[in-house]
Amino acid sequence: MVGEMLKKFFKKIFSNIFGQKRELKMGFYGPPNAGKTSLANRICKDFTGEEMGSVSKVPHETRSVQFKEKVEISYKGKKMTFKMIDTPGIATKIDYEDFLKFKMKKKDAKTRAKEATQGIVESIKWLDDVDIVVIVLDATENPYNQVNITIVGNLVARKIPVLIVANKIDLRKANIKKIESAFPEYDVVGISARYGKNLEEFYESIFKLAKKI
Amino acid sequence: MAQKKNLGKIRGFSIQFLPYSELKDLNSTERVKKILGIILGNVILIIQGKLETEEETRLIGDTMAMIGHVKDFKGIELAVISGNGTSGFFDKFRTGMIRMIGGKNLGAVTIIGPATIVKEIKKNPKKIELLLDSKY
Repeated sequence: MVGEMLKKFFKKIFSNIFGQKRELKMGFYGPPNAGKTSLANRICKDFTGEEMGSVSKVPHETRSVQFKEKVEISYKGKKMTFKMIDTPGIATKIDYEDFLKFKMKKKDAKTRAKEATQGIVESIKWLDDVDIVVIVLDATENPYNQVNITIVGNLVARKIPVLIVANKIDLRKANIKKIESAFPEYDVVGISARYGKNLEEFYESIFKLAKKI
Repeated sequence: MAQKKNLGKIRGFSIQFLPYSELKDLNSTERVKKILGIILGNVILIIQGKLETEEETRLIGDTMAMIGHVKDFKGIELAVISGNGTSGFFDKFRTGMIRMIGGKNLGAVTIIGPATIVKEIKKNPKKIELLLDSKY
């Protein structure tokens, strides 16, 4: 823990001394199918014209950590450069039979399950190497899920600034208040990554979050 | 005869309570190993207290590493109830996440079960519900 703090301190000092433009590592974390890749795609599309990864209704579409370097986000005249890190959704169980419901062949479902478990291990490893984290939650789902609590707890323990995004607010079942009451100590921004709704507030929150480092 | 049949059905799993004293002298690796070892015996484990956040993460990581290597193992379901508050176990969130993640919170209870038995743990500020697989 102390080592991590010292590492961050010296990194900040050196980048200030040598006037380097710092590239902040922004991790996207959350449960499967919450819309992490959709949000990362939306940001990348807005500022680089390219997307980051594929999205699907089938859970665990992102099964390895995806990166996009030097994404310069500008908001109200300010600019910041980020390395975007889109992580596979963290879960406590993976059953290949769940994928069969999406008309997937048994062999493909088993491969997907195996890759998904490896992806979760990779996501967890990356917790040690991010500067800020956007936790993407599905606003139509119950936020009182132990995985969400564990991820937030880990980030708090590592003193990594966190922004909670309540995604899918375009859906009727969406309930931002429930997410706010589950995580009252954090800023919660309601967005629709799919339709690009309320992204201005999201970008503003990202700039605020980056200042906390 | 009928009684025997019913007993046969409930032999599928058991519920075990693990007092904190059973874990306190173990390091993180040993704790996670012990917990997973118990769960693999088709046991729903109720632990006094809660794991450190890093241990919870390690538990998830080790669980993922076991899926595909241990026959019929599909993962775990996990929930922590922090019982120190007077008006609900999520009061901890309201009074500070840092205290919540401190570990060794003996007022808390951790429930962990194999995903083959515990299909889902439903949590909200007022209740916690374990949905078990109907074949058990």
